[in-house]
Order: sequence, then structure tokens, then C-alpha cells
Amino acid sequence: MDLDVLDITRLQFAVVTIYHYLFVPLSITLAAVTAGLHTAWHRTGRERYRRLTLLVGKLLLVTFAVGVVTGLVQEFQFGLGWSDFARAYGDVFGPTLAIEGMLAFFLEATFLGLWYFGWDRLPRRLHLATIWVVAVGTLISAFVILAANAFMQNPVAYSWDAERGRARLESFLGLMTNPVNLAAFPHTIAGAAMLGGALLLAIGAWRRWVHVPTASGLGEPGEPEGDDDHEQRLAFGTLARVGAWLTLAGGVMTALTGDVLGKVMTEVQPMKMAAAEALYTTTAGAPFSILAIGRPGGGEPFFSLDVPYLLSVLAVGDPTATVQGIDDLQAQYAAQFGPGSYVPVVWMAYWSFRAMIGIGMAAAAIAAAYLWATRRGRALPVGNRWVARALRLLPVLPLLPAAAGTFGWVFTETARQPWLAFGLTRTEDGISPGLTAGEALAALAAFTLAYGVIAVVWTRLVLHVVRQDLDTAAISGAERDDDDGDAGDGPAADGEGTPGGRRTRDDDLAPSY
Amino acid sequence: MDLVTVWFALVVLCWVLFFVLEGFDFGVGALAPLLGRDDHERSAAVRTIGPFWDGNEVWLVAAVGVTFAAFPDWYAALMSGLFLPFVLVLLLLAGRGVALEFRGKHSGAAWRRRCDAWLAATSLGVVALFGALLTVFARGLALGADGEVTSSGGLGAGLARTLAPLASWDALAGAVVAVGAALLLGATFIGLRTTGPLRVRAQRVAVVVAAVGAGALAVAALVTALVGTGPAVLETAGAALLAVVALLAARRREAAAFAGTAVVVAAAVVAALTAGIADGVVLASTLDPAYSLTLASASATDSALRLISWAGVVVLPGVVVYQAFSYWVLRQRVASERVAT
Repeated sequence: MDLDVLDITRLQFAVVTIYHYLFVPLSITLAAVTAGLHTAWHRTGRERYRRLTLLVGKLLLVTFAVGVVTGLVQEFQFGLGWSDFARAYGDVFGPTLAIEGMLAFFLEATFLGLWYFGWDRLPRRLHLATIWVVAVGTLISAFVILAANAFMQNPVAYSWDAERGRARLESFLGLMTNPVNLAAFPHTIAGAAMLGGALLLAIGAWRRWVHVPTASGLGEPGEPEGDDDHEQRLAFGTLARVGAWLTLAGGVMTALTGDVLGKVMTEVQPMKMAAAEALYTTTAGAPFSILAIGRPGGGEPFFSLDVPYLLSVLAVGDPTATVQGIDDLQAQYAAQFGPGSYVPVVWMAYWSFRAMIGIGMAAAAIAAAYLWATRRGRALPVGNRWVARALRLLPVLPLLPAAAGTFGWVFTETARQPWLAFGLTRTEDGISPGLTAGEALAALAAFTLAYGVIAVVWTRLVLHVVRQDLDTAAISGAERDDDDGDAGDGPAADGEGTPGGRRTRDDDLAPSY
Repeated sequence: MDLVTVWFALVVLCWVLFFVLEGFDFGVGALAPLLGRDDHERSAAVRTIGPFWDGNEVWLVAAVGVTFAAFPDWYAALMSGLFLPFVLVLLLLAGRGVALEFRGKHSGAAWRRRCDAWLAATSLGVVALFGALLTVFARGLALGADGEVTSSGGLGAGLARTLAPLASWDALAGAVVAVGAALLLGATFIGLRTTGPLRVRAQRVAVVVAAVGAGALAVAALVTALVGTGPAVLETAGAALLAVVALLAARRREAAAFAGTAVVVAAAVVAALTAGIADGVVLASTLDPAYSLTLASASATDSALRLISWAGVVVLPGVVVYQAFSYWVLRQRVASERVAT
């Protein structure tokens, strides 16, 4: 059987990493929003914020759990499929992973448990502090891990030990302050704000305008409403606007930080920028290509829609600056590193780069439109046919920033090829020498299947949490032990007590202050 | 003592903490459907680990991370040499984690019942697998000159490459021992954290498992002494300690019983991970002793070790303090019967 171990292992790594990276940015934003809402409640004492804190906190827990179990796989992966890489760069990656675990991951896991289960155990301020610790922990995590990725893009702060054939870490501070990391971190966090924001916007707007809360569960607009229904609508409206602001601000920030990152990238990985633009010939005053239709086999495109000078501005910050082309860089690298192709898959770089920008901008535009339409408490004209149709598309909204982020990672990782660590180790030299195609294929199939199941369950749980009325969403289920007397329950569970009346201290998630 | 030795000790410590702390999580997961007669009791059993399991599991992250940082070649050889078993461990841990975290986020009892069954199956599976893996750590792998387990042959041989080390009697014994240890840790922990009938049932399970374990270890000690393959001191001490644990559990001294079990588990993990350390070997090669990974050949460079030493000195004690704090804050027993207030 002719199966290429390298390709399967790369695909397996990509599947596992892309999947992990759908839940991480959500966790980052949900943790920050939960902390923000909790603070708002702490300051104002308004019931609306308490309920939203619990709702978003619950989404955070479900999302964090998926991030944890898929993140664990990441840590093992370097040894599983890429043991030669692990040997060569153990000095760089080992400490980074260890420190992320010790410094950040312990914080997040422990304090999230304290926050969720510690509602009436901790003094108010301390309890509020626990969720902030979680939020800060997620940021530290992201920063340290992105530093490891930045090393692969732009190796710094190391020396090469030729005798043992491995990198020696020279400065941890240097590793962390890699210019690529300093540019990529804010870019990544802004992207995370867009994804989390879009999810909250979708949830809030859905419950504010489509599935309007009623005391008896789901209701339709126009039903008689009690005070609580009104209050819940306002709460969901608040949530939608918080989400929309995050999406819009995240969108603006990703654009600004993306510009900085692009300039750093042009500096350290000129081939990546050339591939992103499919720029084959070195050009002064290079135009930015909005759309291009190429020839089979590469070469100059026969149709291209360009903005003059823009690429030179984006890459260097000067409209007349020279941007290196693929052909020149290839010749230069071949002279430097020996014969071979140093050109990544150009169509993939070109289109993923455009998809990242285009889809991201679309998400930010939708958020801006929502903010405009609901400014100063205005109601959406839900009677309008087009508005109603647009609202029905809300569940798709979070997929936009998710897709933009995924395209961004596909771009940054595939356009780095053929290098694992740029200029040092090629991808094919990092793979586990003993690994067989059968094993790699088994892992690919197993992870894909398991992750698919987890995605389905996660989605159903989020929908379940989101469909409940706010208070129920906050305190239902096993946390408080007031189960709904569902099928399969023994008589002991149904026979005694009234719902809500059987509390013990341990069971009580509902804040009593 | 040089830095390499210090970090070897710290790697072992992280693994010990993981197996002890996560060990009771596995045990509780496996016992919850067994001990809980109804949905309420099962929820109570699971809730004994609810706030803690996530933090406990991070000790695996720490153990793997520290192994990678201090001994990259050890990490690389283990992961790639046991590729399929570790993939399975990760899948089981993923299944267990989502079952634990998802079970309470939906209000249906049928949903929780499904999660509990899944939780028990994955907990048992992963602890058995870890038990088998620990025996492989102790025995070593078929490492070649490049520090890798390499197979020859087609797809079948390739798939068997990393599963083969588990197909042995000692790996099976390791799996059984690990399941027993986890059940004992879980039972004493549930006993420690609950009230009422759940506590009583947990106590009974703890007594039985500890007694059986003590008996089995006593037999093992006898066999070892008769066959003369090695000193039976460890087995004898383990048997004696487990007998004491059984007595303590029977007298409802759950904290002491739990502590005793934790000591046994810690000793077993230390024994497995330090099997070759007298000769400086961290992972033996079963092909040729010359290919074995040693403290010197598997370790990271001095600069990396100094860096993590700084982080370890500053950060790890803090971790221990705030984890202990979280156990302290959430120390109340979980009621196993419904209490009207």
C-alpha cells in the first residue's frame, strides 16, 4: 500500500490543531466576558448581569472542557508524530509547554473550578477575583504558546549545537519577545474577540428577537408578557450588543494588528508575503491583488484586479518600496540552503489569505450593522421580511470569524513550508522515524471521528443552554440537583420535595448574595 | 546533586502527583454508577470530584511538559514508541473530560445516565491503559540506535509496532493493579466527601478492594520469595499497608485510609519510573543496553534546565498552594440524600 506517512501525519496534525483552535479563542473571550459581566453585577447589583454572568459562564465551562481535552492532545503530538522535531527543539518547545502548563493552565483549571463551585463559599471580592484569574490565565497561555509557534516562523534566541544536532535555548526572554510573537499575539487575541463576540451576538440577538423568553419556556413574539420576560429580553439585548461591540472592535483590531504582522512577516519570511500575493517577480511599487486568475502551473496570472502600490504599503509601509517576488526568493534560497523547492503551495497561500481578510471583514460589517440598527435602544423591525430572514441566519454568524481564523492559520502554517523551523529544519526531517502509515492513518481517523462527535455534543449543549430561560439556564441540572424528573429516574428522585426546595450547601450553584 | 538529577526527581514527582490525584478521579468515575442507586446519588458521587478533576488533570500536562522540557529524548521515545496506546489514552481522556463537564449542563436524567456510563467506561479504560503503560516504562522499549522503535513490514506490522509492548502478562497485571488502586482511591475519596448511604457503600467497597489487594500482594510476595527473582520487600510492605488501609476503611477512618492508599500508589509509580535509575537509565532498550536512554543522553541542555528550574522554583509551590486552597474552600461533604431546607 502506498501511503505517505508524512502527508497523513501532517493532515492529522492540521485536523487536531485547527479543531483545538476553534475552542481556544472562544474560551479566551468567554472568560473575559464572564469576568466583565460578573464585575458589572458586583458593581451595580443588577439582576440582569447576574443572570448573564451565569449564562456566559456556563458556555465557558462547556467550551473550556473541549479546549482542555483537545489541548492535551497538542502537548503529546510533538512526540507522537514528530519525535525528531521534539529531539531537535526540545530545548525550545519543552520549556514553553512546561511553563504554559505550570504558569497558566493550572491557574485556569483550578480557578474555574473555584469560581463555578465557590459561589457561596468565597467572600464576594475573592470570588470575583477567581474569574479574573481565569481570564488572565487564558491570555498567558495564548502568549506562551504563540511564542513557540513564532519560533517556527522566525527562530530566535537559540544557538545550534551541531554535535548533538539540536537547538540550544539561549534566552527565554528572547524567545517570548520574538517580533513575530509580539505582532501575532494581539492579532490572535483580536481574532478571538471576534469569534467569541459573534457567538454572543448570535445568542443574544436570537433570544432578543426570534425566540423570545417567556416564563413557561419558549414563546413566540406577541404573547402576553410578564415583567420577567421583559427583563430577560433586555438582558439578551444587552448580551447581543456586548457581542456586537466585541466583534466590531475585534475586527478593527485584527486589521490594524494584521498590518503590523504583515510587515514583520515580510521582513522575516519574504516568501510568505510573496506567496500570499502570488507575486512572482520582484516589483517596486507593487500593487495589491484583490482577485487573480492564474495559469495552470503557476507563473503570472492572466487576469488580475489590483490596487496600485497597496502591497508595497502593506509589506513595507512605503508605496514605492520593492517587494521581493517568488522567483528571486527561490533562487536566493537555493543558493543559501542548497537545491530544492522553497516555494509553498501558492494558490493555497493566495486564497486562504484573501478568505481570512474577506470573511473577517464581513463579520465585522454585520456586527456594525446590528449596532447601528439597535442604537439607543431601537427595536429591530422584525416584521420586515428581509430582517426576519437575516435573523434566521444568526446561528451561522459565529462560523464567519471561525472560518477567518482557520484560514489565517492555514495560511501562516502552509506558507511557511517547506520549513518546520524556518531556515533550519524541513518538515520531512521532523517526523517520527519509526512511524508507519497505518498508525498515522488510525490516529487521523480516530481523532477526526472523536472530534466530530464532541463537536455535535458541544453544539447541542450550547443550544440547550441557550434555549433555556435565563434563570433556568443558570441553575438547572445536576449542579443543584433539582432535576426535572425526567425519564429513567427512580421514585426516590421524584417522590419527595418540591423543585427548588431541596438544597444543600454543596448543591447550591445559585448565588445567595 | 546536579540539575539533571534534580529534574529527574521532579519529573517523577509530577507523574506521582498525577497518578495519585487523577487516580481518585478515575476511581470515582468508575464507581459513580455502581455506588449511586439513583440519579441524585450518582450526581453526588460525581460532584465529589466536580471542582477538582480539571486541576488534577493538569498534572498530566505538567508531567508531560516537564518530561519534554528536561528530557526531550525520553519524551520523544515514549510518545512515538507507544504511539497507538497514547492516542488511545488521549481519546479516552477526551471522552471522560467531556462526559464529566457536560453531564450537569443538561437537565435530563437520561442524559446524565448516559454520561455516567460513558464516564465509568472511559475512566476504567484509561486507568487500565496507564497501568499497562507504567509496566512498559519500567521494562523499556525496543529502542534502536536512533532512540526509536522501528518496525519492518507492511500495514499490519506497522499497526502492531507500538501496540506490541502492551501484549504481555506483566502489562495485563499492571492494568489490573491500576484499576484496583484507582477503585480504592475512588472509594476512600467518595467516603471522605459524602454522607449517608453513599458513604456507607463506598466504605464497603474500600474494605473489600483493600483486603483483596492485600491478599494478592501477599501472594505475590510469597511467589517472589519462592522463585527468588528479587527481594519481596516492596510487595510485603504493600500488602501490610493495604491491610492497614482495609482496617482503617472498616473503622470509617476515611482520611487515613485515603492517605495510606495514596502512599501505595506513589510507591508503585516511583518504582516503575526509577526501575533503571541505579545504572543511570531512564528508559531501557530491550534490543541492546547500549541504546538505552540515560540521564545524560536524554536530558536537555543546561540552559533549558536552568530556565525551567527558575520557573519550577517560583511557580510550582504556588500551584500546590492554590490547589490546596481550592480543596480547602470546597471541603464540605456532598450530601447523598435529599435534604429539605
